[in-house]
Amino acid sequence: MTSSDPERSAALRAALAVGLAVAAYGLSFGALATASGLDVWQTCVLSLFMFSGGSQFAVIGVLASGGLAAAPAAIVGSTLLGARNALYAMRMGPIIGGPWWRRLLAAQWTIDESTAVGTAQPTLRGQRIGFWATGAIIYVGWNLTTLVGALVGDLLGDVRAYGLDAAAAAAFLGLLWPRLRSRQPIAVAAGAAVVAALTLPFLPAGVPVLLAAVVAVVIGVTNWLGPKTPAGAARSGAAALDRDAGL
Amino acid sequence: MTTWNVVLLAAVLVLALKIAGYLVPARVLERPTPSRVATLLTVALLAALVVTQTVQGDGRHPLSIDARLPALGASAVLLALRAPFIVVVVAAAVVAALLRLAGWMA
Repeated sequence: MTSSDPERSAALRAALAVGLAVAAYGLSFGALATASGLDVWQTCVLSLFMFSGGSQFAVIGVLASGGLAAAPAAIVGSTLLGARNALYAMRMGPIIGGPWWRRLLAAQWTIDESTAVGTAQPTLRGQRIGFWATGAIIYVGWNLTTLVGALVGDLLGDVRAYGLDAAAAAAFLGLLWPRLRSRQPIAVAAGAAVVAALTLPFLPAGVPVLLAAVVAVVIGVTNWLGPKTPAGAARSGAAALDRDAGL
Repeated sequence: MTTWNVVLLAAVLVLALKIAGYLVPARVLERPTPSRVATLLTVALLAALVVTQTVQGDGRHPLSIDARLPALGASAVLLALRAPFIVVVVAAAVVAALLRLAGWMA
């Protein structure tokens, strides 16, 4: 990492900045997961194998409010939230290249941040370095902080006294915020929030979140408030990712 | 269904989606509608989760307006000021904890 190799150091700098910030947030996941009734092992299995922050928070959020009766909603909710990783995988496939086992390894680390840092780099080599470095830093850091959070969370007792329930809401808002850069996603977010708020008192836990997903499908298929040109629409997903990186 | 069933099934499904993405030809992404719906789906789910995490109550009272709401307001202000993610999350916890300590909006 010398000044004679600027593409490598730029990618590593971005990976480090994003990776460390996100990895630290595993602490709150670990603590919230044990507070919602998972044991330390179950909490760690989610971070090791699911490894997707939004989906992991969805599982524990729905279980915390609905218990095992809400199990189907927890599974469907986390899977729908994980659907965007498939989209990221489609974008990263040509960049990762190489033999099939390399892409299989990359799949586990294909998340918001690694894709954002990777695709934000100007050269193919920088994109690969950015993706793998961000994925590695977050995977190791996220799992270590999850374990610490789960162990400490067990000792804390009622996490509401420490405001950890509010931290979960803020975490979702923090994941949502960078995506609200144009009228279409803002309309979807507002519509989804209204649907969730109105149905919350009448439906089992987790179901309002799934109903809110219908708003995205309706606005997405009709392209209401969307970019006028087909080319612009095709690029909107990719452009959103690049903006997320903000690097 | 046990908690272990939920944890393992959900983890397998989320990981399977990541792997499936590498098996799909990149051409599909060039079609605007699937790409747009996938992007907007994330937005809708996150927005709904913000709402439910903020006002969801317990079994007896499905809605609860409490310290989480001002804490979420504080995090929105910090996000508008471009504060780092971890600062936003910690600040929300601190605001809610202090309000509860003071006995307001427990």
